[in-house]
Amino acid sequence: MAEMTPAELEKIESLKPIPFGTGYKLIGKDYSTNDLVAKVTGRAKYAEDFRAEGMLFCRLVLSPMPHARVKRINAEKALAMPGVKGILTPDEVPGHADYINDNGTTIKADKWGELALTDHPMYQGEPILAVAAVDELTAAEAIEAIEIEMEPLPFNTDPLDSLRPGTGNAREEGNVWVREGHEAPKLKVLKWTDEDFAAEKEGKLPMGHAPDEWTYGDVDAGFKDAALVLDETFLTPDVSHQCLEPRTTMAHWQNGKLFLYTGTQSTYQTVPAIARWMHMDEDKVVFISEYTGGGFGSKITGGLTLVVPALLSKKLNAPVMMRISREEEHFIGRARPGIRGRTRVGFAKDGRITAVDMFLVSDAGSYGSNGDGAACGSITSLLYQPPAMRWRNVTVATNTPPRSAQSAPGGMQAIAIMEPILSKAARKLGIDQVELRRVNCPEGKAEYGPPNPRTGKRAYVTSCYLKQALDEGAKKFNWKERVARGPKQVGTKVRGVGVALSTYHGGSIGFDGLLVITPQGRVQIHSGIGNLGTEAVIDVHRAAAEVLNVPWDACDIIWGDTSKPMPYTCASGGSQTTHAMTRAAHAVGLECAQRLKEVAAKTLGGQPEQYEVGNLRVFRKGGGAGMSFAQAAQAAIKLGGIYDGHEANPDVHKATKDAVAALAGQGLVASAKDKYPHDGDSYSYLACFAEVETDVETGKYHITDYLAYADVGTVVHPAALGGQVLGRSTLGIAHAIGQKWVIDPQYGATVAKRFYQNRPPTILDVPVDMQWDALNIPDPETPVGARGCGEPPVGGGCASILNALSDALGDNIYQRAPVNADTILTSYEAGRPMQNPLLAHI
Amino acid sequence: MSDLTELKTGEGRAKEITRRNFILGVIAGGAVVSAASYRFLSSTAHGGVFASDAGERLITLNVNGQQRRVDAMRQETLAWTLRYKLGLTGTKLGCDRAECGSCTVLIDDVPYYACSVLTHTVRGRKVVTIEGLASPSGKLHPVQQAVVDAQGFQCAFCMSGFIMSAVGYLKQNPNPTREQLAHGVSGNLCRCQDYTKILDSLMKGAEYMRRA
Repeated sequence: MAEMTPAELEKIESLKPIPFGTGYKLIGKDYSTNDLVAKVTGRAKYAEDFRAEGMLFCRLVLSPMPHARVKRINAEKALAMPGVKGILTPDEVPGHADYINDNGTTIKADKWGELALTDHPMYQGEPILAVAAVDELTAAEAIEAIEIEMEPLPFNTDPLDSLRPGTGNAREEGNVWVREGHEAPKLKVLKWTDEDFAAEKEGKLPMGHAPDEWTYGDVDAGFKDAALVLDETFLTPDVSHQCLEPRTTMAHWQNGKLFLYTGTQSTYQTVPAIARWMHMDEDKVVFISEYTGGGFGSKITGGLTLVVPALLSKKLNAPVMMRISREEEHFIGRARPGIRGRTRVGFAKDGRITAVDMFLVSDAGSYGSNGDGAACGSITSLLYQPPAMRWRNVTVATNTPPRSAQSAPGGMQAIAIMEPILSKAARKLGIDQVELRRVNCPEGKAEYGPPNPRTGKRAYVTSCYLKQALDEGAKKFNWKERVARGPKQVGTKVRGVGVALSTYHGGSIGFDGLLVITPQGRVQIHSGIGNLGTEAVIDVHRAAAEVLNVPWDACDIIWGDTSKPMPYTCASGGSQTTHAMTRAAHAVGLECAQRLKEVAAKTLGGQPEQYEVGNLRVFRKGGGAGMSFAQAAQAAIKLGGIYDGHEANPDVHKATKDAVAALAGQGLVASAKDKYPHDGDSYSYLACFAEVETDVETGKYHITDYLAYADVGTVVHPAALGGQVLGRSTLGIAHAIGQKWVIDPQYGATVAKRFYQNRPPTILDVPVDMQWDALNIPDPETPVGARGCGEPPVGGGCASILNALSDALGDNIYQRAPVNADTILTSYEAGRPMQNPLLAHI
Repeated sequence: MSDLTELKTGEGRAKEITRRNFILGVIAGGAVVSAASYRFLSSTAHGGVFASDAGERLITLNVNGQQRRVDAMRQETLAWTLRYKLGLTGTKLGCDRAECGSCTVLIDDVPYYACSVLTHTVRGRKVVTIEGLASPSGKLHPVQQAVVDAQGFQCAFCMSGFIMSAVGYLKQNPNPTREQLAHGVSGNLCRCQDYTKILDSLMKGAEYMRRA
């Protein structure tokens, strides 16, 4: 723990759940978000719903080979066909460019990075060509007429196989991503020895050299002192994001400006990405994304392929729509990397963890390294608070579709790897499952990860009340009664209960808020947040309205179109938004209130501090002179300068200053930067509970009950939070009950590439009445007290099901997820896991 | 032709759109292309270039209570016609292969995947899309109102399909249990996996419908 006294700990433990909305008028109260009527009437426009005069359609040509070089393309016949307008080849796609990030740091171009089209495909399904025509049928017929000559190259689709001596590498330059110092990861060749692979025969993950490693505490002593040491190998599945809206894009050009329509997880942050991929200035890009049909980490700033219609549109001087099919979405739509883990955990008699030694082989897919392995280590150290831990990781390139962050990247895998070990330990030590987790639970400003090499200190979190969430959840779930209830087996049906802890990152800081009090007296709030359905795009601004003490129906939210001014805003990834943007909204609410008081003082006399703001008025405290917001906005325009946007708040980001300038003279324009103090890193936590009923004769099982109890700080919008808690729980559950990739290693060809082969849970796969609740104890390090909750439930959702299954059927059923009926059928009678935990994509 | 006829008129098997029916529909559609009552039209949007050699015919559809005349290709799906010919983009395409249900519409009050119904097979039948649920004055359908009141759905790409399935189901069974209604909409996929909140809002919709 970071410098916490026993008295402080006692205070933390004495905190109790708070009813939602306590002390607030808007925050914590349910309401209908401003975008809902458009959604229910079909008026909400997603990317494929936009049309432009003379719009062409384009289709992609995907590589049939997992690694190849395109030797020759002959499109003469295709281009001569009526209705075919043009093709786009890899040499017409701008190459990798350096870019400057938000902090002003130049990030060097990644020579190994992915491009929208390639003549050197690294996975089956990688786009190599695009054809534009008057309609899709014509484009498809044209594709048939194109001659493409390809040279097959060696490939490898299994990360462990790639480490075996004498096997081929996914890429010419190497097979393993190695990070040295602060440099970007580089590809190197790494092969383990035959001796390293000896453990494979016992079904254990071999452990050769691992380029990534950290340690803290005395790991050896921890294992020496342990009453029980478990050594478990486990494989988590590769799971596609499968957003219901494919990454379809429409583009057209007007007066040298690119107008691009696609769904992303950030309206504001997508413009720099488009500009970088297109090699053009940001002010020449107009990006429209009013509604996004799901992202889950795969559309942070849009899909790389969005440049294809943009380039074709420029080339052909016509609007171009590129619809992405469900099958194409499987290839280019990103996925969570599967991780093979071998983890040794030492336990004391009371269930307390004494040491963790975690070894991971992460699958990076065909492009770029990823942070999943690293997050796996840090989440394990946070969630179970081992006093000593060693973490090692190898991130291996394979000729499989590219991976990206998926809700709780690395955190989900960490929890899926660790939780079954905790469950097994509890059974071996004769300790209740909740109790074992309770003794290992993080609390208060809990530390995590290895010491910072520079300072020697470990990072710590802003706050953690997971123990209370666990206790309250156990009560609400009737944990003790369920455990005591017998008999466990009736006929062929066996019931089991499971509990799992869960956490993930829950917020960032330092962004801007922007709003205008219009001369009509409306509060016009500008939002740069992506609208992907979490409702953060609207919810966070309740903080500004709360501070300004205005009714919500006086507020208008402007979002989804960068031709309208918007402030410097975080991307909605990493569960940052609720935390980051309630801070910015709070700051701009206060700033606006202050400016209103100044306008009133200048207009009506007296000092600003003699005024207060409420009910769409600014007026003298204790009665007397006052003015409506409409009058104050008109007065602000007369005053000019800082009041009407002719000057911006000097604290804000350059992008916000530009937005303020665009709004100048339109009313009282307020902008502010989140400068609130923030001690520690923001994480959110959940305790997840599940009950399953399995049929040992058929292997079929179903989830009968589920509860997630959240510690996410202040609850801003209960219904939206409930959607996140249970929705992301179910995304996690999918990893336990069925979703995975299947790839033929002989040909490197994907087999499961449609919904029916790789199906996300349906409404029948989950209980009809899943439950959730939240502590609503504010985070002390943020003004509204709210943190994000998109990702934290995912790991707990998955692991609570795995734990319930082992409670029902014993520890010897599975060594990999998902656990399907065939897993249970084959393993239950054999009394040992029958599915190989080391082979990928089976 | 028999399957086509059955699809147009029958109550039994025709209500289940099978792959066999769908393919037979395409074949049958091709067979009647030369029928005298249809005239060929080239695509007006592209200056008369008739690129893909797929004949379009002018047909009349009853969509959301209006007679809509539209040029449809013989292999054109109802989802395509609605979205690209009639401007009704509330019907979404999530998979285009009868896997996700985002394109669900009502045909004679029965929910169908519009991606897997050929446009020419719905002549003479009543098609209702999400745009046609609210009253002409703009008053939301009870199920729509319930979704708004209960903050149902997240990204809502699946929402039109779910609402149409629920409305179709509730016409047959106005007072379902949660389990029954879940079965009623189980042909629809929500990747935000917001099922509990969806079911809460649709149950509220059932209640509003009963009260209306």
